[in-house]
Formats: sequence, C-alpha cells, structure tokens
Amino acid sequence: MDKFDVIIVGAGLAGLGAAYSLAGSGLEVLILERGDYPGAKNLTGGRLYVNPVRDLFPGLFEKAPLERFITSEGLTLMAKERSVSFSYSGSELRDEPHQSYSILRAKFDRWLAGQVEEKGIMLLPKTRVENVIKDNGKISGVLAGGDELRADVVIACDGALSLLSEKADLRSPASPQNSALGIKEVITLDSGVINDRFNLDGNEGLAHLFVGEVTHGKFGGGFLYTNRESLSLGIVIGIEDAMADEVLSEVPVLLEEFKKRPEIATLIRGGSITEYSAHVIPEGGFKALGKLYGNGILVAGDAAGLALNIGFTVRGMEYALASGYFAAQAVLKAKEAGNFNTETLSIYRNLLEESFVLQDLRNFQETPAVVSNPRYFNHYPELIGDLMKDIYAVPSGPKERIYTTIRKYLTLRELWAMFMDMREVMKI
Amino acid sequence: MSETVDLKAKLGLDVFKPVGQPHIKIKAGKEKDPRLKPAVRLCPAGLYSKGENDEVTLATVDGCLECGTCLLACGTEVLDWTYPEGGTGVQFRFG
Repeated sequence: MDKFDVIIVGAGLAGLGAAYSLAGSGLEVLILERGDYPGAKNLTGGRLYVNPVRDLFPGLFEKAPLERFITSEGLTLMAKERSVSFSYSGSELRDEPHQSYSILRAKFDRWLAGQVEEKGIMLLPKTRVENVIKDNGKISGVLAGGDELRADVVIACDGALSLLSEKADLRSPASPQNSALGIKEVITLDSGVINDRFNLDGNEGLAHLFVGEVTHGKFGGGFLYTNRESLSLGIVIGIEDAMADEVLSEVPVLLEEFKKRPEIATLIRGGSITEYSAHVIPEGGFKALGKLYGNGILVAGDAAGLALNIGFTVRGMEYALASGYFAAQAVLKAKEAGNFNTETLSIYRNLLEESFVLQDLRNFQETPAVVSNPRYFNHYPELIGDLMKDIYAVPSGPKERIYTTIRKYLTLRELWAMFMDMREVMKI
Repeated sequence: MSETVDLKAKLGLDVFKPVGQPHIKIKAGKEKDPRLKPAVRLCPAGLYSKGENDEVTLATVDGCLECGTCLLACGTEVLDWTYPEGGTGVQFRFG
C-alpha cells in the first residue's frame, strides 16, 4: 500500500488552499473529494473577501474565475408590510485591487483544483472518506471507499459537519445552536439586465443582506449577490431557532415568501432558476471552535468552524483559504522537525493566532451572542418601518410634528431597551 | 410540503447522480420519535413528511441536497446518517 506524506480530505477552499501551498515542496500530497469534481458539493452565498488572503496566494486571484467585484453594499430591515434599506457605495470599492468578489463555487473550486493538479498534486474525486485510521493514538491515514490510505499527516477539510474531526475526537458534533441552514437559488439573468437593474457598470457587482420578516423574526436573513450572468438569492436561518418555533413555515416556503416580496420580485423578474442548493454554516465563532490539531491531524476551514457573521459582513471562505495555507506551513515545519505529533503540529494554532484568522474570531467572539438578539430580527425592523411610515405619510388632515412622531415610537422604555442592546454591541 | 412551493420542479433543475443505498435512514422503531419532527419543516428538499398518528417518514433520499440539517436537528439517536457514496448524490454546477 502506498504511503503519502499528506492526505487532504475535501477539495473545498481549505483543502485546495492547503494543497496549493504544499505544491512544489516535494511532499507527496493526495486530495480526496467525494463529489464528481471539486466544487460539486460546495456552496457559498456568496462573496469572497480577497484582501486578507491576497498575499498568501500571490497572483492567484488575478486570473481566477471570479464573478463581479462588489461596489454596492446594502442592508434592508424587512418588516411585515414595509422595509427600510441602507446602501453604501464608495470609490475605494471601485479601486483596484478590489476588496471582494461574488463567486460561484462549482466554477471556482474546479478551476483552483486544476491549478493545484498542474502543480503536481494528486486529486482523487468520487471518493468518500469513511473514517480515520489510528495507530497507537496517532492518526496515520484514512479509510476511503474501503481502502486504507496512509500518510504522515491528515488535513481534515471536510466541511461544516466535519464527521472526520469528530471521529478523530477533535470536536463534538456540530450543534443546532452553533449552526445555520442556508438555501439558495441561482437565477439566470442577462448581464445587461443585471447592470441596468442594479445600477452597475461593466463588471461591478452588488451585495445585499435582508433581516427581519425574511425569517419570521428568527436568527438569519436573506441575501442577494450579483454574479456575471446570474443572481444568487437565498436565506439563512439558525437551526436551533427554526426548530424551536413549531408554527414556523417550512424553510423552502420562507424562501418562496421572500421571493414574492415586492422588494425582491421586481429584482428577479424575468430570471430563470438554474440551481437550487442548501448547506450548513458554522455560526458559533471562537467559543465554538474545537481542537484544531491532534496527533497526525490538522483541521481547516468550515470543518474547524472558522466562519464569522458580524451582521454587515458574513465571512468564511477567506478563513478557509488562509487556514489551508497555515495548515500547509505547519506540515512543512513538522516535516523539517521529522515528526507529526500533537506538540509539533501545535504550530498550526500559533500561526492561526498570529494571523487575521484567529485574531478576527477572537476579537468578535461575543458576536454570535450579540447578533442572535431576537430584537434585531422582529422588533427593530417593525419599529423603524413604522416610524418611516409615519414620517413619509401625508394624511388627509394636518400632519403630526416630526418630533412628536419620533417620540411616539422612541418612548423612554424603547430608548432604554435600545441602550441596553447598545451595551451588548459595545462588546464587539 | 405546502402547495406554495413546487419543490419537485426546483430539485429537477439540479444534477443528481443516483445514490445506491439510501445514505439517510430513520432508525427502526423511531418513526414516532418527536426528535424527528423538526426535519419536516427544516429539510430544504422537503424529503420528510408527517403522516397519520405523528409518524415521520423519509420515503426517498432522491433530491437530498446533503446539507446535514436533519442530522443536526434530529441527531444520531433517531437517524442513521452518512454522506452518499463518492461520485453520487447532488452535483452542483454553480454552487
């Protein structure tokens, strides 16, 4: 039986990021992927923020099949009958190098896998990994499709559920509290129509998030991203929250309701759905992280829980790419040291701690608790919607003074509750 | 699933490679377990349904999007859950 230096499980961004960074090192690397091709099981909303990973993968993103660079950011508070929107555009978003791009993973991951294979890394698709192989407490390979494949070190990049790191006793099963479900449609639309409809020029793109009635006040929201010739439209909902409400509509119905909202229906008009997809998203942040390394094993990307939702920005893919990169650096250091035990591989954690990956997750560790405040998802959208309704209304009789209108909604009790919410926000 | 969503048509847009053995099964005798109930509302492919006397059924795994929500929501005491064999199941073309 062949023995590899490194086996990477999962050809997503963490796995491919690790493989790309190991290419040319002389190590024999094998990537195992359960899909027909890399990207076949992978999903994003979504958008990739390039700035944090540009230097880790020099020259890579310039030639990558990315969709549109995002020049328009937006957030809508969606109440039952009305909505209030905020949008942001700035010259820096138009300047090169661009901060973020919309992305379709089946396309991107397949391309990145091609780059990795060109560099001499072996990739085996259509191969499901069933378990890790343990010898005297050390992970020494994996069981895949009934075959034993051995390696000095295994990098588990098997996604949000990461059954592999669970089997290696590095983490407990993903929990409903710390996970959300994302469902999405890719809606094909002519690029010219997209540009006219969203006020975009050339390859500029838009990203917009929606909170409130989208999820019937549950943790989560809606998202819309423009791709070159399609829209990515979907919703995310906290699994624990969705489980708790026994009268909540079925999740596919929530998406349908969202699409029927007048604010959305006009944006997707004339488009045709070309794909429907779903995926679980880690939401627990720093406090929910499991062990990132063990004897003969490293964990990267979603498998390690490296994702961060801070309301305005939702991120995961750059943490996956970067953790793949740092896993590769740790493997190279371990090779130098001549062993792959827990102590040697602990350098991986140090590298992540020194980088934006764990610094971000640590700095925003209170965010999951703060952003799951139910008032953001039911109370504020309704309150602000009602206030705007009265501010814009012109009744048949005399109009109420603006200050009176504002105080009608922002009562002392309300202001106190807002102050208390604000105190929570100060933690992040 | 409600009449408002034609999930069959939506799932029909996706590429699926036939799964040999069903990769998700309700454990024998657990059909009436209340822990299965959330799957009926949460499964994005609408694969779980509740019949007479509160029994939850999973008639087929065809159309499974492999998200893992049922595994998280219901747990391994009521579900046998693995990913489908390599090269089978949903194959996203866009992702």
